Amino acid sequence: MTDTNSSLGSSAAAWRIGTTGIALIAMLPVLAIVWLALFPSENIWPHLVSTVLPRYLSNTVILMVGVGISVFLIGVSTAYLVSTYVFPGQQYFAWLLILPLAVPAYVIAYLYTDLLEFAGPVQTMIRGLFGWELARDYWFPNVRSMGGAIILMGLVLYPYVYLMARASFLEQSPHLLDVSRLMGRSQFNTFLFVSLPIARPGIAIGIALALMETLNDFGTVDYFAIHTLTAGIFDVWLNMNNLGGAAQIAIVMLTFVLLLIGLEYIGRKRIGFYQSVGRFTRIEKIQLTGLAKWAAFMVCFVPVLAGFFIPVGMLINYGITYFEQSWTEQFREYALNSLSVSIIAAICCIVIAVFVSYAKRIEGNAWLGSASKLASMGYAVPGAVLAVGVIIPLAVFDNAVDGFFRAQFGVSTGLILSGTTFALILTYVIRFLAISIGSIESSFSKISTSIDMAARTLGHPPFRTLRRYHLPLIKSGIFTAALIVFVDCMKELPATLLLRPFNFETLATHVYLFAADEMIEQSALGALFIVLCGLIPVIVLSKTISSSQVLVRQPN
Amino acid sequence: MPPILKVENIRCRYENQSAVDSTSFELEQGTLACLLGPSGCGKTTVLRAIAGFQKLIRGSITLNNTCISSPEGNIPPEQRNLSMVFQDGALFPHLTVEKNIAAGLHGNDKKKNQTIVGEMLSHVRLSGFNKRYPHELSGGQQQRVALARALAPKPRLLLMDEPFSSLDLALRESLGQEVRDLLKNIGATCILVTHDQQDAFTFSDQAGVMRDGKIEQWDTPYNLYHKPATRFVADFVGDGVFLDAAILDQNKIWSELAVLTGDLPDDARRGQRVQLLVRPDDIIHDDESKMTARIKKKTFRGESYLYTLVLPSGSEILSLVPSHHNHAIGEDLGIKLEIDHLVYFHDD
Repeated sequence: MTDTNSSLGSSAAAWRIGTTGIALIAMLPVLAIVWLALFPSENIWPHLVSTVLPRYLSNTVILMVGVGISVFLIGVSTAYLVSTYVFPGQQYFAWLLILPLAVPAYVIAYLYTDLLEFAGPVQTMIRGLFGWELARDYWFPNVRSMGGAIILMGLVLYPYVYLMARASFLEQSPHLLDVSRLMGRSQFNTFLFVSLPIARPGIAIGIALALMETLNDFGTVDYFAIHTLTAGIFDVWLNMNNLGGAAQIAIVMLTFVLLLIGLEYIGRKRIGFYQSVGRFTRIEKIQLTGLAKWAAFMVCFVPVLAGFFIPVGMLINYGITYFEQSWTEQFREYALNSLSVSIIAAICCIVIAVFVSYAKRIEGNAWLGSASKLASMGYAVPGAVLAVGVIIPLAVFDNAVDGFFRAQFGVSTGLILSGTTFALILTYVIRFLAISIGSIESSFSKISTSIDMAARTLGHPPFRTLRRYHLPLIKSGIFTAALIVFVDCMKELPATLLLRPFNFETLATHVYLFAADEMIEQSALGALFIVLCGLIPVIVLSKTISSSQVLVRQPN
Repeated sequence: MPPILKVENIRCRYENQSAVDSTSFELEQGTLACLLGPSGCGKTTVLRAIAGFQKLIRGSITLNNTCISSPEGNIPPEQRNLSMVFQDGALFPHLTVEKNIAAGLHGNDKKKNQTIVGEMLSHVRLSGFNKRYPHELSGGQQQRVALARALAPKPRLLLMDEPFSSLDLALRESLGQEVRDLLKNIGATCILVTHDQQDAFTFSDQAGVMRDGKIEQWDTPYNLYHKPATRFVADFVGDGVFLDAAILDQNKIWSELAVLTGDLPDDARRGQRVQLLVRPDDIIHDDESKMTARIKKKTFRGESYLYTLVLPSGSEILSLVPSHHNHAIGEDLGIKLEIDHLVYFHDD
């Protein structure tokens, strides 16, 4: 598909310069962090190392290992069951199991705390049943703990592993499994020694994505008072008022990011070798009976129930009960804020992604390829880290402009960029650009390059070729990309908290602030709105899953 | 008449490898030409260079006395007024047949465009298909629409990149002939790129055989077959074998089949040992003939058998025989020579 040397024409330079510029802007936050971490105005690194950093670090490692194990266990077991066996509800679980992806981790954290705390309905009921009165009368696990965070995050992040593992299991050649059985391995042994190792690259990608989300999380760890690195950035920046220190913690987080990108990269590289390319007849599923069939049902049912139906049920319940108190002028303002910044960010992402992908397509040289990869790096960088990286250059710019105007005209311009929604939208765009570039590049790659050459030789310059003959063909890719970016912006919490202008709240920050004040009921409507938006791409995804389900069922 | 297209000593790089080097040829108005060669020989790169999708490192391309490509600068493809037809048709899948054909018509006169579209559709015998979408057409019909679209703007030059190779065998021959007749009719100038000699034979007036980025021979299809200039051309175009031979004098050559008489080139020197090209149609089957060779292998081709014969020395030759002469393997076949063109190459 490469179109080497195919530039030609006067506009060639514009595509190249534009893409390079975009890549530079996307890289700017990371460069700024490195710069400020090395040359902070007031170096607190020795202080950080001797006091809080070890705790941030160990908490982050424990959380990531824990979430990694829990998403692996839930994701792989459910994926294996639905792709290998027939049991009650199996065909529905194939897509039900991805629903928890729509629930942000911080929302589920607030809800389960509400549900399981001392005064919550569950403990109250238990006390009623057994006649206990005080907390010391019985033992009950504390939700707001490291263990609670690991389980709750596992419940909403396992779908990443589930999706990748399920795809791996379905794409494995059934002949391999037959060979293993013929050589005397039992069904379970075959899973352990054949299916699982082959699915390893896919599972690694799924875990890497789930852990990127874990590293990014602020709402949950803040609410549970777990001091992770992300929480540390907030603490050092907002409470200690030391941006340089925040940049230094951000550097530490970036090493985690590099490890995760490395894990994902290795997975993506190997996936091509491990998974069969040819179209095999799909594996015939095995009918489970008796106890086994209900055990399989429970393994799939519990994650869906706990990760989706219970939290969404609670949100609906609170949303209706507290509707009068929730549906306020303020709420509508926050919703409008959320919608407008998310829509603007989604549009920016699409425009940039189309530009970068098309530049790469018509120019096709190595530099544009790496530039588009560099522009995509933001997806792995946690929101809080990105916020630090965005604020550094914007503050420098604002101060310079302000200083200039004060000196020349005696007026202060204030924070033109860093204190406005510009900073917020820029951060969203950098963070979610990878999603739009990925989706749009793959749409472009489905169009034969001869279409381009046909259009050009028929007298249409590059831009008109794009508008008339490419855009209509990549419409659905653009729509999907816009939708996913939009939803991710709606959910985004840490960067929004750090960068939102004074007196500007989004639904996500509104939910966060209310939940922090133990008023989750009053903000349930906002959380419900976020979850419902999040459901849209999940439904799109589940549609493709249930259509592939039809394929699976054909052999019988 | 001055040539309409002049390709002069061009050199291109593709993915950092030299893909085309020192390639030159000229086309006159109305010529149907062909670039023939194995995959990776650079033929498509030449086509892309002419279309303007490939930079030149050296040389120049001139169309209608205007330099359109050189290392110093290029006219962008959309301003060259030439058209291209692709292996996959490259029809715009979201547009109807008539909109596809009108894609290259830039005038604002809707009625005139409509007329041209109608004309083009009748040229390619698809009248009435105006409102169909590409996915509703068969492979052959799609290629006809692609051709109609390419011809509609009346290009100065038509470029075709393996246009028939995605079609099945029966269709590609009939469509090849049909396209040739149509292009001849309207006086179009065209370059076709193919790896299939049959396409080149049915379609072109002139053909260039390419190898490793260079044109080995630019000639008529007849001469490519009967008077190949290099051993590669002899091998690539048509079947045949090489027999040890020696030059006896200015018009005689010895081979183990016979002493053959014919015109030899001026540089032929007595006593030179050479390799003589023997085509399957040079060896005629004749039951009366005293000369025989043993049948080693036979391939049924429908109208004929291709026999592989072993000579007493152990060398093998090929013979094309009408298929009602069905002889068994191991039998001795009576043969007679009908070698009109003495083609030989020096030992490598």
